[in-house]
Amino acid sequence: MLSFIARRGLLALLILFLAVSLLFAMIHMMPGDPASVILGPKASPALKAELSQRMGLDQPLLVQLGRFYGDLASGDLGVDVFSNREVSEIVFEQFPYTLALVMLAIGGATLLGIPLGCFAAIKRNSLLDRITAVMSVAVIAIPSFVVALYLLLWLAVKWRWFPAMGAGEEGNIADQLRHLVLPAIALGLGWVGYIARLVRASMLEVMEENHIRTARAFGLPERTVILHYALRIAILPTVTILGLGIGSMLSGALFAEIVFSRPGIGKLLHEAVVTRNYPVVMGSVLVTTTFFVLCTLVSDIVNAALDPRLRKSGRSS
Amino acid sequence: MSSRSGFFAEIFAGLKKDPLGMTGLVIVVVLLLASIFAAQLAPHDPLEVDVYNRLQSPTWQHWLGTDQLGRDVLSRVLFGGRVALKVALVAISISLSVGLLLGMLAGFGPAWLDRLLVICFDTLRSFPTIMFALAIVALTGPSLNTVIGVIIITSIPVYARIVRTQTQALRDEDFILAERAMGASTARILGHHILPNIAAPLLILASMDVPAVVGMEAGLSFLGLGVSPPTPSWGSILNDGYSYLRNSPWPILAGGLPLILVTLGFTFFGESLRDILDPKLRKKGGSS
Repeated sequence: MLSFIARRGLLALLILFLAVSLLFAMIHMMPGDPASVILGPKASPALKAELSQRMGLDQPLLVQLGRFYGDLASGDLGVDVFSNREVSEIVFEQFPYTLALVMLAIGGATLLGIPLGCFAAIKRNSLLDRITAVMSVAVIAIPSFVVALYLLLWLAVKWRWFPAMGAGEEGNIADQLRHLVLPAIALGLGWVGYIARLVRASMLEVMEENHIRTARAFGLPERTVILHYALRIAILPTVTILGLGIGSMLSGALFAEIVFSRPGIGKLLHEAVVTRNYPVVMGSVLVTTTFFVLCTLVSDIVNAALDPRLRKSGRSS
Repeated sequence: MSSRSGFFAEIFAGLKKDPLGMTGLVIVVVLLLASIFAAQLAPHDPLEVDVYNRLQSPTWQHWLGTDQLGRDVLSRVLFGGRVALKVALVAISISLSVGLLLGMLAGFGPAWLDRLLVICFDTLRSFPTIMFALAIVALTGPSLNTVIGVIIITSIPVYARIVRTQTQALRDEDFILAERAMGASTARILGHHILPNIAAPLLILASMDVPAVVGMEAGLSFLGLGVSPPTPSWGSILNDGYSYLRNSPWPILAGGLPLILVTLGFTFFGESLRDILDPKLRKKGGSS
């Protein structure tokens, strides 16, 4: 198990290194020099030279890359072009908002999806089963920003059940939660059906297995068989999906944050892209990518811990 | 595999038994026709500005109302379908072909090449898609070609990985070994024996990918990073609607609906197609 974690961890590190280098290369392959793009065509040469020097753009590319990794190792993501604040400070100020949103969405989807899938498996071909079947294939693919816009339109603007914008009052948990409800639904809705479907499929598979038959033969009550024996194994595939789910939710969160004017890493990135604030673009993509790679890593490890067969092959897919 | 007409007859017979799949097909066909004949069907010029009749609710003249410049929303939705269709067609066919090639190379080629390619695929997939797209748009500036490029780059690894797995599974089958023993070239094995065996599941996958691609284009256009302004796209209609949300809900309702329909249509149709063509896949529950 330890060697699996080490191998998988090294792979994650390698991928992260390549991804970051790719990002870095992309920013530097851009036509024209970054300084004039940032400052606009009318900037004086002196000003451009000063910015180039401040950002280290006058150095050779490899030196820049080396310096970049050096800074990165010490937690330095560079400086915001406009406000002159540390990018790491800005990014980590915004990240908790996104994290709270994504966690609430995936948590809610799991809490709803697992029992739903369980029921659908036990009562096969019932109405509930059919509804989750249709929901799972259809809703997951509806772009979450469309769901967010419709929720905003109906529940926030028309009926005024929930606030339409912002993250709520600082320190007021109830208010902040109220502001989280709609964005979290927009993000998580598609995953409810999907998780339910996964649980259902593996539940049906598990229920056929010998140890379930044995448990039944011992006369254990159906409740115990389902909850203690079948479901425990049947939720395994869900664990793997959660890691990937969080990753794709980071993308969805960007839209939810923009639609509901919430602070967060997505909104930060969007604003940085529109204003061509490269250090902030780089910093926020870097942090979300790292987070995504970590999530995948953790879900792979958890999965391997739960299912020893996976450890041998070294990777789960 | 049976003859060509038999192939379509089989699909059609299967669809007849599956009302959801049939519904999907009908939606897909209607959307395709509506986009192709947008110029004939649209009651107005999608770019025609009429400031006296801005942000109207639906009337007999404007079935879906008008936007903040008085442009006819229905006409814009119809023409927006063209943008969506173009992006989906171009992006999916290019990424599918490249993914197919790279995936077969990885699955059939030497082990070092396989490792190298897999690392490349995994690196590209390690970015959350939209974040990666935004980073690229930040560098190249917003345009429809950028959107198509981003979708191609992010989809290639997905297709390539699936092709790789399928190729590897086939590589050691008896009929491939026999073919090799007879001295068939790698190109012949890949083109004549592997490709036909993985084409069907790949096409199903591609058809089910259409909503994601269309959603990506709409998403980037919604953020103002896709099509450039007067061009109608479902995303830009939503963006306009979002700015005037409190004045009129119609542009948002009208811009979102086709996105939902595309999703439902292609997903239902794709699922049904998968069940008909590949009963083996259904058992696995379509695990990706």
